[in-house]
Formats: sequence, structure tokens, C-alpha cells
Amino acid sequence: MSSTRREFLQHSAATAAALSLLSAERAHAADAANAHATNANAGGAPRFSGDSDHRELALRAIDAAKAAGADYADCRISSARSQNIGTRERRVTNIGDNETFGFGVRVLVGGSWGFAASSELTIDEIARVARQAVAQARANRAAMVKPVELAPADPVPNGVWRSPVRIDPFTVAIEDKVAYLLEANAAALAAGARFVNSNMFFLKDEKTFASTIGTVTQQTIMRAQPGMTVTMISADNRDFQTRQSTDIQPKGLGYEHVLDSDMKRHAARWVEEARQKLTAKSVEVGRYDLILHPTHLWLTIHESIAHPTELDRAYGFEANYAGTSFLSPPENMLGKFRYGPDFMNIVADRNAPGTLSACGWDDEGVAPRDFHIVKDGIFVDYQTTREQAMWLDWWYKQRNMPTRSQGCSYAQTWADVQFQRMPNVNLKPGTADLVWDDLIAATEDGIAIVGDGAFSIDQQRYNAQFGGQLYYEVKKGKITGMLKDVNYQMRTPEFWNAMDMIGGPRSYELGGAFGDGKGQPSQSNAVSHGCPPTRHKQINVINTGRSA
Amino acid sequence: MPSHSLLGVARHLSRAECEAIAKKVLSFSHADECRVTISSGERANTRFAQNQISTAGDNYNNTVSIRAVFGKRVANVSTNRLDDSSLRAAVENAERIARLAPEDPELMPELGPQTYDEPIVWNDATASLEPEARADAVRAITEPARRAGLISTGYIEAQSQAFAVANSAGLFAYQRSTAVAFTTTVRTQDGTGSGWAGGSDNDFRRIDPRALAERAIEKARRSVNPVAIEPGRYTVVLEPTAAANLIQLIAGAVNARGADEGRSFFSKAGGGNKIGEKVVDERVTLVSDPLDPRVPANTVGGDGLPSKRVKWIENGVVKNLAYDRFWAQRTGKAPNSAGGTLCMGGGDSSVDDMIKSTERGLLVTRFWYIRPVDPRTILFTGLTRDGTFLIENGRVTRPVKNLRYNESPIFMLNNLQAMGRPERVSASEAGGPGQAIMVPPIKVRDFTFTSSSDAI
Repeated sequence: MSSTRREFLQHSAATAAALSLLSAERAHAADAANAHATNANAGGAPRFSGDSDHRELALRAIDAAKAAGADYADCRISSARSQNIGTRERRVTNIGDNETFGFGVRVLVGGSWGFAASSELTIDEIARVARQAVAQARANRAAMVKPVELAPADPVPNGVWRSPVRIDPFTVAIEDKVAYLLEANAAALAAGARFVNSNMFFLKDEKTFASTIGTVTQQTIMRAQPGMTVTMISADNRDFQTRQSTDIQPKGLGYEHVLDSDMKRHAARWVEEARQKLTAKSVEVGRYDLILHPTHLWLTIHESIAHPTELDRAYGFEANYAGTSFLSPPENMLGKFRYGPDFMNIVADRNAPGTLSACGWDDEGVAPRDFHIVKDGIFVDYQTTREQAMWLDWWYKQRNMPTRSQGCSYAQTWADVQFQRMPNVNLKPGTADLVWDDLIAATEDGIAIVGDGAFSIDQQRYNAQFGGQLYYEVKKGKITGMLKDVNYQMRTPEFWNAMDMIGGPRSYELGGAFGDGKGQPSQSNAVSHGCPPTRHKQINVINTGRSA
Repeated sequence: MPSHSLLGVARHLSRAECEAIAKKVLSFSHADECRVTISSGERANTRFAQNQISTAGDNYNNTVSIRAVFGKRVANVSTNRLDDSSLRAAVENAERIARLAPEDPELMPELGPQTYDEPIVWNDATASLEPEARADAVRAITEPARRAGLISTGYIEAQSQAFAVANSAGLFAYQRSTAVAFTTTVRTQDGTGSGWAGGSDNDFRRIDPRALAERAIEKARRSVNPVAIEPGRYTVVLEPTAAANLIQLIAGAVNARGADEGRSFFSKAGGGNKIGEKVVDERVTLVSDPLDPRVPANTVGGDGLPSKRVKWIENGVVKNLAYDRFWAQRTGKAPNSAGGTLCMGGGDSSVDDMIKSTERGLLVTRFWYIRPVDPRTILFTGLTRDGTFLIENGRVTRPVKNLRYNESPIFMLNNLQAMGRPERVSASEAGGPGQAIMVPPIKVRDFTFTSSSDAI
């Protein structure tokens, strides 16, 4: 993950969960309207609101690329609008409204990729960029060892998809958004917050994709993230503590997500929790049973399961930045490696309503499908694109499955080339109807962690360290007080095999982030991770408090 | 509209083109104050993996940002469509939103015309780096790696950017910059060894792909089959990249307002900030200077404020913090804009000297996945990567497994033992040009490692 993600989490105050004390009262995002991918000719299909010329221009770009010598070509045209409103205390610090528009052409020439992009969508520029992409591919062939082959994909001649949004954020008046944030801040200040920052961010991306296999899709992707951070400072100015609103997670939804989040109602509790952190007991280092809330666990899943199961990493393609994977070589891992206990099931999807990765087709025109990454505790599949699916041909044949992409191609903007990015990667709930309080009640001596905080993991995804927003001491089945300076360190296989309790369907929640970083140049992917709370036996806890 | 004037040079808007756009936007504006900033240029890259190019490409983009002010109400809008009707629509949108915004009591008036030092950060060789030249540079690494039976992966990125700012108070500035980074990770076929080398500059000619190949190949070979050592406190010799990975974190914490508000390492117990206090070893000096030829930057800041040399730490004492115009006015200080580069002064030791003087310690190539743990002490965690070695009795004896640290650059620079000559390095984790930074190799005692990693 890149600094983009770090900065994003720092400045936009991420998200957090109301937790119950935590009775998770949200996660109804799944009810919000239904996403459906459909052929535009079907009755009642969603309409693409982008420029109707885009289809024509995208087709012209791939024709120009073919004429210049491309064996395969695709073109993405994107018109993306984003809005960010930031506040602190009684003041608006920023109102920004941004649009970016352009197109990228990707080509294969004799088995080598080439890519070029431009913001000038004119007939002449389309032809120049198509030729530039072909020239780039020819230059790359000089160093080619093994040509790229693409797994088959079904043509989608006229696909249309739209995020399941009830209220388009760009139709909501700025005054209403500002009032929402300033009222939430006022509630925090009334509760005694020393400082409070809040913000909201919205994205609407209208994407047209065309490829030389006869696919044309048009999609409208929307995302929303409201967030708040409260800061408390000790009387002697020697300590400060923050509480980020990690009860509220970013979603692939519209303004209804902001309204449902109701920050004003939660602000006073966040202030109280930050205040408690100032006087919380500093943790004693040692091994503890950890009870991890979904608002925390999503990030551990992201780092220790979703990243190492990216196939390009397993083959070394990301060695210079994001890293490789401990799940390598694939032939020694697929169907053999035990990730965790029998009740551990990891399923990837790009269609759950309200998730950040949801779409009708990926950025090379493939309809994603749900697939198991871990089944009954055993590692069974990687995330792939059309190029990468071919690398696992032997495995799919062995399992009597067609060799096809899992639909994991994504580019952050028109200016970036698409490559393999993770879909939503989720830990399925257990069969027993357990919730957070049941896991606490069953624990003799442990620490319960709510919300995501510090995060860091090595380049093969073995050794990780995570912090949270709130840490609770658990003794004899009860929360007995708050702790601070807690981080846990773990080794991925041991950590997941130490999982001995899992919440049921009722306790399943969605977490996620906008800033999943990978690739060079680093691109940000937006992704959700659904999970229930879990318990992990005897995990190493360190104390991070040092005095300056 | 975009300029094609210089054949082979990356596309970007010329001064005349930026001036014309700015004039047009200002003429469309009905606001009390208006500011236009323009970013224009090309980013080109080539990636390689498994000893061949994997993806490569370039993109050309121009973004116009408009800031409209009515009284104390303000809004910002940006677009990358440069036709008249799009620009007009963006101005109207900014003005519509600004009118709806609440008054900002901290709003500062736009700056009038300013004088800027002539920047020295543009380089034609970098701006002319074509796909073929990038592919040649890549082969300077992939071919020796293949001959050595090793697997190379890596990345070149070249950025050529024009930046302009203009406002209704008569300010106008136009500057151009280039930056390039080239990094490579070379691994053994069996995945038991990994070595990294990289460089960053404004001038591509100062990066030597063959030298990078040699270093990464040597480190990959020497790092094979590392042994595990106990985590704990170690004397470390940090190569310049590793030192920069941590020292640059200080630059992220120098905001004066956060310090004055009590939520920063630079906050003082009892109130105020640490300007004037000694916080690190007295040999440490940290400076940002946009005119330093080794780490240059543009001399204009985003709001039009001229960027000048700022001394953050001198002889271990905090000399200045980062003041925006509002906070400077509030606290009676001068606002500063430093250009975003960083340079740490060095000493006359060398990495070899530091190794020779070490009885038992570690030699570190670089750090990775560096993330904040506790802002009260600038405490971060992360891991060593791609070349970590044990030093015993003045010699590098064997590769060791990577280690996770929990450490602060402040503690580290208090435990300083020796410094070498500063070098410009590629210290961004993502391998892009990032912040221009120049630091010496350093030797430090009692560096805190908290766990061991199996990752290679």
C-alpha cells in the first residue's frame, strides 16, 4: 500500500464503527438498491449518462490502433468528477470540485504491451495516441522473452452498469453538505472535543470501454466517504489522542451513505472514547487472545490475504515495489496450503451492492464472478486478469474449470494502464449465530480491538503489525477497561490458523478503503472487505508508547 | 493548443499558452478575487519484470484549478478540459459554490506580484527520454541479470511538468521541472536472495543503469539464504536510502500549527512549540533549499508564495517550522514555502569506515512499508528489505533475515555515531521520483527491532 493510502487515511479520517460497545448498527448497505449488470437493449436497463459520442470515439481509437499494427487493442474513455469538503471545528477548510477527462489506449503487438493516454479527446489526438501506444509496444519488444497471451473472454457488445445509488451526491446542495459537517462538529465540540476535523468525499466515474474482441461497455461508478477525527489533549500538553470515525466505512454508494452514517449522533461518543484514551492503561507486552471487530479486521484481511493472493505478485511482477508473495510457486500452494481452520472461507466478489469494487465488467471487459480464494481453510485460487489466467491453465484443467480471467483488471484513471487489482475479498461468517458480545463473553484473558489504525506488512506478506482505534482489556468474559499503546505483530499463516472463533451472518460488516496502492507508477484501487468479528489465540502484543 | 515546438521533448504548455489560459479564466471571473493554477505535462514510464518489459506508457495531461473568492467565501474547482466553454463552466461552478460556502475567518487575501529566483530544476535530457531510450536503460539491467542467472524487476519514471499560477491581484509565475527515478530489484531464481538499487535525479544522465545493475546483482547474490537473528537493539549502518526513508518523516511533522496546538512531536510541554530546543544530535542539520543544485525544486509555491531556503534543524536545534500565511500572521512569524526538497548535512566517515568500527551490528539497504504508529514521537514501524547483513568485528559476515523496527527518526538521530557524505537517493517506497532528498549514510546505536520476518 502506498503513501497515497496512508495520506488518505490520515487526512480523510477514515472510518469506524459504532460498535456496540459495539452493537454494530450499520452494515445495511447491502439493502441499498440493487446493482444489476444488463444489456442496454433490455427493458428498464440503466442509462449511461456520459457523452454518447464516447462509444464512437472508443471504437475509432481501437480501429486506429489496429491500423497501426496492433494485434489486440482496447480503449477506456473516462469522465470522472470528484468533490471534497473539509472542515475543522466551526470552519470550512476546503471545498473542492474536480473533473478529469481523457482516454487511454492499450495494445498488444507481437506479444508486447504498449500504452498511451491523453486528455484531448479529438479525432487527431486519438490517432496519435493509438500510434504512440503501438510504437511503445514495438520498443518494448526489444527486451521480450515470452510473448503475452490472453485468456478467452466473451464479447459484450452493449453493456451498461451503474452503481446502486439512491441519491447522486452531485445533486445535493453544497449548503446541505456543509451544514451536515458543521453540525457534526458542533456536537463534538459540545461534548468537549479539543479539535475536530470532518470531511466528505464523492466520486462519479463514467467509463466507456471498447476492445477489438467486440466488447463495448459503459459504466457509472460512484463512491462516497464521510469521516471525522476528534483530538483530545492532556492538561499538561504532554499527550494527545485521536479517535477516527472508523465505524463509518467508505462505500460504493451515494449521498444516502452520508445520511445513514449520521455523524452528528455519534460525535459525542467518539469524543468520550478519545478522552478515555488519554487516561487508558498502557498495555503490558505479552501474548493475548485477540478479539477483532470487523472495522479493524478488514484491514488485516486486506494485507494478509487479499494482497498475497494476487497472481502477478506470486510470479514476481511486483517485486520492485509492492513485493512478491509467500504463496509461491503456485504449483506448491494451490490446493495444498492451509491458510486457516476448516471454517475459514475467503470469497472474492465484485457485485455485492454498496461495495467499492462493484462493477458490471472489469477494465478489460470481463464480467467478474464470485470465486473462492480459500475454501474450508485451503488456498484454492488467485486473483487474475486475462493475461494472468493463462499462467494457471494447468490448475483450471486439473479442476475441470475453464481458463478465464476472474475479472480483476483495474486502472485508477484514464491516464494509467490497467493491471491486476484485488476485488472485494471477504471472510465469510461462520454458521453459528455468534456476535461480538459472544466472543467477548467466551474469552478469559484477552484484548478486544475496534477500528483500524497503524498497519505495516512485509513484501511477501508474512510479518505484519497492526494497531486500532480502541483497545479493551477483556477479563473473565467482560470488558474491564480501556488500554492504549497496543499493536499486535503476527506471521500470516500462524495468525489465521490461530483463529478459533468466528461471528455469524448477523455480525458481518463491510470495511474498506479508497487507497489500496500497487504498481509502478503506484495506482490507488478502491476495495471493500466484508467480515464478521473473529478471535485469535495467543497473539504477540507490543507496547508502542515511548517518551520523547 | 499544446506546444509541439521542441521536437522530442515531452509535451507541456508553454509560458505563453499558460498566460493565455490564465488571462482568459481571469476575464471570465466575476469574483472579488480569483486564482488560476495550471499543471501541464507528460509522465512516461517503463516497467520490467522477469528480465523483460512488462508494461510501459506515457500520458499527457493539463489541469486548470480555479479558486473563486467572494468576501470571505471561497471554493476551488479544477478541470482538464481547456476549451473556452469548459473553462467558463469551471469558473461559473467555482463562483456558484463559493457563494454558497460559509465565510472563512482564516481567508488570506491573494498575493500581489512576487519576484522568484530562477529555478534550476528543468532538464532537457530527462524531458527527451523516449520509449527506446528507456528500453535501452532497462536492458542495461536485464541483460547482466540474465547472464548472471538472476531475475530483474524494475521501473523508470520520467516526469516533465510545467506549473503556472496567476491571480486577480496581478501575480503570475511560470516554471518547469523534470524528475526521473530508476529502481531495480534483482532476485535469485529460487527466491532465496534479493537486492535493490535505485537512483533519482532531475537529470537522467546522472543515473547510471550499469552501476545500478551491479549493485543490485551483488546484493542479490550476497543476500542468499539469510540467517535469523534475535530482534532487539542493534547498532546499524544505514546506507543513504535507508537513512532517507526515516529522516524524510521529520519533514512530514514540521507543521507549526499542529505544534502550537499541542498535537505534534514539535509541541512543547506546557504549551507552544520546540523552536529553539535541541531535539537531536548536535551534528544534525536539516535544510530545504530549492536552489541546491543537487536537490533543486521550483521556486514558486502553490499559492504563489516564493519558495526559499528554510533551515529546519541546525546543530541539533529546531530553527523553524512550516508556517502557512494564516498561521504566520496569527503568530507573528514569516510565512515560508520551502519547495518540498530536503538535505541533511553529513560528515567525513564512509560506509566502509562505519562497518570497520562496528563490533556487532547490521548493514541496512532500505526500509519498506513505513507507517505511523505514534505521532507524539514520530514513531513509525516498517521492515528492512532487499539486502540486510550482519556486521561482526568490523566485517560484513553474512546475510540476515529481514527485521521489523518500531523506531523514530528523532530517537535515531539522538543515537547518531557517524555520518558519511550526503547522496541524492530514491527514497519513495513506490519508486517514483517522489521528494528530492539528499542524506548521508549514518551509523546509529540502539536501533529498535521488534520482530523477525521470513520475507525475502
